[in-house]
Amino acid sequence: MAGTEGAAPAARPRVGVLDLQGDVREHVRALERAGAEVRRVKWPGQLEGLQGLVLPGGESTTLRRFLGQDGWAEALQAAIGAGLGLFGTCAGAILMAREVEGEEASPLAVLPVTVRRNAYGRQIDSFVARIGAGDLAPELAGSPAEPLEAVFIRAPRIVAVRPEEVQVLASWRGEPVLVRKGRWLAGTFHPELTGDLRVHRFWLDLLSA
Amino acid sequence: MDAQEPRQEPHDDRSQGTPLLKRGLAEMLKGGVIMDVTTPEQARIAQEAGAVAVMALERVPADIRAAGGVARMADPARIKAIMEAVSIPVMAKVRIGHFAEAQILEALGVDYIDESEVLTPADEEFHIAKERFRVPFVCGARDLGEALRRIAEGAAMIRTKGEPGTGNVVEAVRHLRRVQSQIRRLRQLSEEELVREARDLGAPLELVRETRSLGRLPVVNFAAGGVATPADAALLMQLGADGIFVGSGIFKSADPARRARAIVLATAHYDDPQLLAEVSQDLGEAMPGIDTAALEPAQRMQERGI
Repeated sequence: MAGTEGAAPAARPRVGVLDLQGDVREHVRALERAGAEVRRVKWPGQLEGLQGLVLPGGESTTLRRFLGQDGWAEALQAAIGAGLGLFGTCAGAILMAREVEGEEASPLAVLPVTVRRNAYGRQIDSFVARIGAGDLAPELAGSPAEPLEAVFIRAPRIVAVRPEEVQVLASWRGEPVLVRKGRWLAGTFHPELTGDLRVHRFWLDLLSA
Repeated sequence: MDAQEPRQEPHDDRSQGTPLLKRGLAEMLKGGVIMDVTTPEQARIAQEAGAVAVMALERVPADIRAAGGVARMADPARIKAIMEAVSIPVMAKVRIGHFAEAQILEALGVDYIDESEVLTPADEEFHIAKERFRVPFVCGARDLGEALRRIAEGAAMIRTKGEPGTGNVVEAVRHLRRVQSQIRRLRQLSEEELVREARDLGAPLELVRETRSLGRLPVVNFAAGGVATPADAALLMQLGADGIFVGSGIFKSADPARRARAIVLATAHYDDPQLLAEVSQDLGEAMPGIDTAALEPAQRMQERGI
């Protein structure tokens, strides 16, 4: 827990975790360990003053339903217009996707990718994969480069990206599993469950840059 | 947290069925509501209302009480129809100790198996050895000892039992408070006292230690058994539940879709009385309730599988 904290308190990024449903606690813990100042966000008004917002893992149909009311869509669009960074994992990535195969996209729908829900199957098909250093962007692989343990739970797949707009940061079996556009990050796995802070740190660095 | 060996498929770089994956799905359900359904139509209503998962059943607990007789796993055809109707996770119940029913549910591909006291127990001594399955299990518990024994057997999620099918939240409150209070107590104990406490709880010392250091159960803990109103859900969330199971409370009420939506909102915003007041309005009749104190011992489902 020590180390990153206390070094330069003024520079700690202020981020939120959308706290309507899902693995909020795991993201809060990972972000705090990575040195961020973290707020749980239950209402649109709490976006004020944040540099970034995490859209956690959870049930995407449930979360999408929440974002369709209470002025969430408008508040998020305004905050994004003012530079809000986003980091979505699994359900969060589905919320960010501009297109969801066979379904209506979420009210957020900002990231130019197409996703397919539950694309590997049901829970029985959930898996942990080691993503080799060669399939990771160098800034994520670290030095010396290390593989990344990726937890896929009823995970979606990113089936199409616009390469001119979206950078692929990690892929597994030739398909993108973590993508970036500016200060937005979307992954189909759960870095918040493993204790490996590289993805969270990478995002926080994007926010501070 | 990995007590068991991950399963490795030959010629595959993936691990499947590990404790992390099993417990991980429960983490994703936190802050949500899991609803009992008996038909594809009810499952769609639950999904539309914002349920994070549905529990596919032959009958809801209130009807199981009324029907009497032996309550078993639901017909696979019914479970399959419900799985086809929705895209959210589908859970289903097996009788305590009935590992053959669990094998059937695993073959069907349900997302979670509930080894449940709501059904008639198949084994009065033993629960299912749950780590042998790739599908995760949720089990009921009335206190910390029961919860940790179920986790030791491989449960990846716990729900406090309450008294199912009564529409009376009193037992759910009792069980949740008891678990929380027993966890708080662990934090006061010395290492020597912890050994004795593990013996008294009837739970493995390692899990007792882990619970003490986390200050909570090592797996997600939902509340269940008697939830009938948005206020019931908010009460249990404020008492520290990670989420809510609603059995009979929704589809035994006058306006299931509306009540389901209200309970979802109350679970997410459990600490906001203004919102709770709004969503509690004009829901129509709640399910009729039962005084749990008037139940005969044989009618108390919570005594099963301890």
